[in-house]
Amino acid sequence: MSSTTNYILGVYDDEDEVLHAVTAVKAKGIKIEDVFTPFPIHGLDVAVGHARTRLPIAAFMFGTLGLICALALISYTMVFDWPMIIGGKDFFALPNWIPVTFEGTVLFTAFGLVTTFCVSNNLYPGNKAEPLDLRITDDKFVMAINVDKNKVSAADIKKALKDSGAIEVNTK
Amino acid sequence: MAGHSHFSPANVEEHFEFSAEGKKRIIYAFIAGLAALALGIYLLSKGEAGGHEVANAGHEAVKAGHEAAGEHLSGGAVSHQAGAEEHYDWTNRIWANVWLNAVFFTGIAVVGMFFVSLQYLTKSGWSAVMKRVPEAFPKFLYISLPILAAVFLFKGDVIFHWMHHGVTEVGSENYDKIIAGKSGYLNKNFFLIRLVVFGGLWILLWNMLRKKSLEEDLNGGTEYFTQLVKIGTAFIVIFGASSSIFAWDWVMSIDTHWFSTMFGWYMFASWHVTTYAVIVLAILYLKDKGLMGYVNDNHLHDLGKFMFAFSIFWTYVWFEQFLLIYYANLPEETIYFLERWEGHNKIYKTSEILMVILNFLLPFLVLMTRDAKRTRIFLKIAAFLIIAGHYMDFYQMIMPGVLGKHGGYGLVEFGMVTVFASAFIYVISGELTKASLVAKNHPFLPEALHHDI
Repeated sequence: MSSTTNYILGVYDDEDEVLHAVTAVKAKGIKIEDVFTPFPIHGLDVAVGHARTRLPIAAFMFGTLGLICALALISYTMVFDWPMIIGGKDFFALPNWIPVTFEGTVLFTAFGLVTTFCVSNNLYPGNKAEPLDLRITDDKFVMAINVDKNKVSAADIKKALKDSGAIEVNTK
Repeated sequence: MAGHSHFSPANVEEHFEFSAEGKKRIIYAFIAGLAALALGIYLLSKGEAGGHEVANAGHEAVKAGHEAAGEHLSGGAVSHQAGAEEHYDWTNRIWANVWLNAVFFTGIAVVGMFFVSLQYLTKSGWSAVMKRVPEAFPKFLYISLPILAAVFLFKGDVIFHWMHHGVTEVGSENYDKIIAGKSGYLNKNFFLIRLVVFGGLWILLWNMLRKKSLEEDLNGGTEYFTQLVKIGTAFIVIFGASSSIFAWDWVMSIDTHWFSTMFGWYMFASWHVTTYAVIVLAILYLKDKGLMGYVNDNHLHDLGKFMFAFSIFWTYVWFEQFLLIYYANLPEETIYFLERWEGHNKIYKTSEILMVILNFLLPFLVLMTRDAKRTRIFLKIAAFLIIAGHYMDFYQMIMPGVLGKHGGYGLVEFGMVTVFASAFIYVISGELTKASLVAKNHPFLPEALHHDI
């Protein structure tokens, strides 16, 4: 999170409270940036209104790429560069290649997905985590609201958070 | 989520009514099937049925050359068709179709039991809302198992090479050393014992499960659940062995010389995924009738995943069986695929290709995304594709061995499958009316109602 962003943080004590607070705050026309919790809360992503991940699309593309690469590599080596007769089969012995092609597809999908996930979440070796509030790794639930992305005034946002049961309201 | 939080198990009892209108429609379908079948049989007796069939006139001339080619392909191993050719009779195609459909629908019926047992064995919660649907399927075993036994007893020699006269008698002109070596297992009495014992156990365990399940509705209490887990576990153990045994008995022994150690899995995989497709169609039908409102998109999503995953599983098993045979290239094994690929005037080639498209490629692409698995029309399309594809799969397993070049897709095939399908729907609908569509005292029902993925 860049330090120039203007956040208001509502800190909550209880997972049910934060789940209800999300609905209450959203009802006042306030856009929630994210909610940070020490553990997953069922239904929270839907309540906040996060768009579904697009990782499956990436998975399909990486898989297709892996399929093409595996087939290209085997065809090049076994048919064009150095044709070999194995077991009396054709040079282009597709059934023999299916297991390798499958493995290639899975390999590309797995590595591609993990890489995409890490890149899109800024996870790389040496990156320091900058939690908005350290207690989200312990026992507190934090709702983060980006003031610049909201039309509602900062004062109104703070009031809405207080009203919805936040035990503290901080800015960062 | 908010949508189903007001749903309390006390008011959920819900009954499917098998209306006179619905009965009439299924009976009409049954009669239409019978009519098509009768017409097909009539044409068959005239020698005109089946678009692929070689006309009788040129038949004998083609036969000699074809047989020689067959011998060549099989590397000298005596092929089943050489034997079948001599006793071919036009009625064989009828019995082959009865056998095919009886095996296919027995599978759907028994995998209904398998599914429910599996849910109990794994103590799964999500399926509690819909378990009454597959639970009704095994009722059809009362019809399909006697049909299998009757066809075996009276027309077994049409279906099975190993039942041909004299194949196991030393000195007979039909004597076949390979089959004689298998006669300790493949003989009439032992086959029948297996059919009766395991078929009987299937029916017995289903009756026990059904009874306990209905008593649970009346009385409630977790002791029923514990007992159902035990019955389910017993069934899984028995089914583990018997599904493979019946795959060898009912289907693999048709091509008596040939064998595959993967065949039990392969046939089970085919039965299994078909049953998921039937479950999905049944639930969607009931939902269209305004019933089973508590089965939400999340449950359908899970069933869609099952269809998707087990389509891939079937493909894996089918392909591995093919690949090992293709790679090893042993004549006595490759004959099985050669017969289906280029044997018998290539009449089986189209359905062999079509089957892989229907059973793998289309379900794989149609059901890949999350949204597709939550959209009813996609589920319906995929389910129909899977059922058609796996019927074709069983066709490919059974017909080339039984009929050889006399096979084909004609009125007999369409008539017979319509007759069996409408009988299946009739019996299952009748069984569905006998219990509430939701097992209201199932201990996991609240969990299932809140299923959210």
